[in-house]
Amino acid sequence: MIAQPPPKADIIARRPEIIAGLRALVPASGLISEELRLKPYETDGLPAYRQIPLAVVLPETTEQVAAVLAFCHKNGVRVVPRGAGTSLSGGALPMADSVVIGLMRMNRILDIDYGDRCATVQAGVTNIGITNAVSAEGFFYAPDPSSQLACMIGGNVGMNSGGAHCLKYGVTANNLLGLKIVTMEGDVLDIGGAHLDAAGYDWLGLMTGSEGMLAMVTEVTVRILRAPEGARAMLVAFDANETAGRAVDAIIGSGIIPVALEFMDRPAIHACEAFAHAGYPLDAEALLIIEVEGSVAEQDDLLGRIAALCEPFHPISLRVSQSAEESIAIWKGRKGAFGAVGRISPDYLCMDGTIPTGQLPFVLRRIGEMSDAYGLKVANIFHAGDGNLHPLIMFDANLAGNFEHAEAFGADILKLCVEVGGCLTGEHGVGVEKRELMRVQFTDIELDQQRRIKSAFDPDWLLNPSKVFPLVDMPVTAMPGTAMPVAA
Amino acid sequence: MQTNFSSEQLADPNTASSNQVLRTCVHCGFCTATCPTFVLLGDELDSPRGRIYLIKDMLESGRPATEEVVRHVDRCLSCLACMTTCPSGVNYMHLVDHAREYIENTYTRPWHERMLRNVLQLVLPRPALFRMAVLGARVARPVRRLIPRGSVLGDRVHAMLDLAPARLPPSSDMQSPQVHKAEGTRRGRVALLAGCAQTVLAPSINEATIRLLTRLGIEVVIARGVGCCGALTHHMGRHDPAMASARANIAGWTREIEGDGLDAILVNTSGCGTTVKDYGFMFRSEPAEWAMQAERVSALAMDISEYLATLDYVPTREAPGLRVAYHAACSLQHGQRVLTQPKALLRRAGFTVVEPLEGHLCCGSAGTYNLVQPEIAGRLRERKLANIAATKPDLIAAGNIGCITQLSGGVPVIHTVELLDWMAGGPAPVGLPAAVAVPA
Repeated sequence: MIAQPPPKADIIARRPEIIAGLRALVPASGLISEELRLKPYETDGLPAYRQIPLAVVLPETTEQVAAVLAFCHKNGVRVVPRGAGTSLSGGALPMADSVVIGLMRMNRILDIDYGDRCATVQAGVTNIGITNAVSAEGFFYAPDPSSQLACMIGGNVGMNSGGAHCLKYGVTANNLLGLKIVTMEGDVLDIGGAHLDAAGYDWLGLMTGSEGMLAMVTEVTVRILRAPEGARAMLVAFDANETAGRAVDAIIGSGIIPVALEFMDRPAIHACEAFAHAGYPLDAEALLIIEVEGSVAEQDDLLGRIAALCEPFHPISLRVSQSAEESIAIWKGRKGAFGAVGRISPDYLCMDGTIPTGQLPFVLRRIGEMSDAYGLKVANIFHAGDGNLHPLIMFDANLAGNFEHAEAFGADILKLCVEVGGCLTGEHGVGVEKRELMRVQFTDIELDQQRRIKSAFDPDWLLNPSKVFPLVDMPVTAMPGTAMPVAA
Repeated sequence: MQTNFSSEQLADPNTASSNQVLRTCVHCGFCTATCPTFVLLGDELDSPRGRIYLIKDMLESGRPATEEVVRHVDRCLSCLACMTTCPSGVNYMHLVDHAREYIENTYTRPWHERMLRNVLQLVLPRPALFRMAVLGARVARPVRRLIPRGSVLGDRVHAMLDLAPARLPPSSDMQSPQVHKAEGTRRGRVALLAGCAQTVLAPSINEATIRLLTRLGIEVVIARGVGCCGALTHHMGRHDPAMASARANIAGWTREIEGDGLDAILVNTSGCGTTVKDYGFMFRSEPAEWAMQAERVSALAMDISEYLATLDYVPTREAPGLRVAYHAACSLQHGQRVLTQPKALLRRAGFTVVEPLEGHLCCGSAGTYNLVQPEIAGRLRERKLANIAATKPDLIAAGNIGCITQLSGGVPVIHTVELLDWMAGGPAPVGLPAAVAVPA
């Protein structure tokens, strides 16, 4: 179990008073304070980490968010923002003395402008909700995290989420135009807007991926794109992970950018087939899902060239999707992959390291060797084109010590990613999960500079303070209740 | 997901089954997205994942259910959209069924809720009583303005009066126990669950089913001793009456299976179909003979559309050029995963089939949900009707009497099988839009 900063005793002691104060700020059904009802809020998509919060509030407007933040700021209460609670890095993990602010009720589409190709939505709109709102007009919102059905756009901004189709279209940061944010003091700011680039500092760039530690996002303006003429997926199966890894390197190295280039190994193929019945090749050790788009002639040309690039690696089968239904099933399986692993293992830890694609064969082989050494199975499902790995380490939380063993294995995988020139996280964020590994990636000076930015927005370290930075570096933990001095 | 049950707790077959369900859940949260109550209420506690967590805590602690847990479990429609969405294959249905039984055994509801549930349990499964109750509601309707809204009780009385149809069709003697002979050469023999409330509200559904099947060469048995499927009490967590209903049906159908034989047991009320298909699970811990018979009944159970899709249904009337919005009942699309057959049959019959947006979301009927949770049910009804209206249909087709009652009042709502029977030579369904020129 991950260490948490010690709760502030004075806040715990003043709990009834704080709850009474919050009650005046949100509608009655939007305040949760009974322990039994708080329990489902103790965790997110990483249920190995749990902590019941002080209270949960569910505001319905930016004004209510601002009022709650101002109140918490005045009273020195820590705050944890939450969207759909799908974080795989414990991004929404509460602290015992924190108020969770859930944005699930802020789920309205505010404005769609097809002429200027942008949409403004509240932070609690799901990722797929944006595409659903514009698809009838032939538009879509490009970043597509696998949890896009459930995950919310506010959280996507916080984690700079990616997805299968980000190989071509970029991640959240590349598709974002504006934000309405609320600072810890309760001030409401509009940054960016329905136009490219903004004067002054790149606030959007700073906010994207800041993991809810600088301000809370309540509205998001995104770029929407005209959907392509058509798209087709091809399934290419190989007899070894490494061989598939080499094929990925060959495709990317050739300069072709498919719209998606996804990898699944044998355990993943079998789990996903049981869920989606997509006709994945069950005899394969590794499978690449390669999607191209454009006119039919363009698709044919690209698929032909990609097939030729795969040829030297002797694929054991190669199948092009023949219908829209087939493509839907192929993507349903891929996007449900993490959950589908629940069919073959009671628990898993999902890693999120990113590496240069040239290192794929080596890293995949090393993960296999580590899996044998740790005695824990791994399912590999990931965005191969981006070199964004998602090894899922399977374990059984009901067996004592098994989780800690899996955590150690995961840390070794991430260290390996950094060693080969990659990084700790591609799209899931650092959260609490990778907090202690930040030193593997960054020097003390680099970490200090990042903490200065945090302190500039939130000098008292009240906003989601237990995430991203190694706990020992948090002065806030040594001096509970006191303002954190900017690291010297 | 990690669980904490003692070995004594796991000795109970219900707890053991729920433990398996909880172990399959990885807490990914996909289910929240397609849950109607989460979409409306925006609270983890009103999502499948939140309920799973509340139920897990309740079962692990072994404590009696509390008002907080009951509130959120009661809001669950049992629409099972979460099961369609779940990549891990979590059997939420069995978990929530267990939770409801646990609540019923350990929690005392306020007197008016107990009364309402007792009345529903007494009246709905008994056609004669139900008929009297609907007639009573018709008498009460003009004076409903005297009943104040705003209280739990007042709102529920209004919900009941609003749902009661303004008039009842005459009863049909085709629905009583008997054998309907196949026309021409007999190609198959099936049992039909005539149902309970449906026999009073819309006997035309069973009549159309029987006409259509016998015309296609199928002998249809209404088996003696078969009545309510037990879903009503099962979903209230009332184990004994639910098992008694199921037992009577299993006995009735087993006589036919072991007598002249059955190719299938057909259900044209999909809410009931989901339960009949689950008899095998419900009787898993009963004596071996019953467990085997229940398993056999469940294996033979089919929705009417599933069975019709195996026959060569051909329309005999000229296509009427009608635009039909297909409303997928949750029990069909999520409970039984019957997705394509009703639409394919309607198209084959000559209708233009359109599918409303948010087809996965429940209409709010959900058995007796619209009577016990009228506020949420009402919001879901409005949302569903708006999505349907956007498709500009001439009529709505659905395979479940609950949805048909819930959605009625505007665009005509007609059971799929009545439309199929009509196009194959049966009478025009009652309620067709007046402007439709009915082909001879």
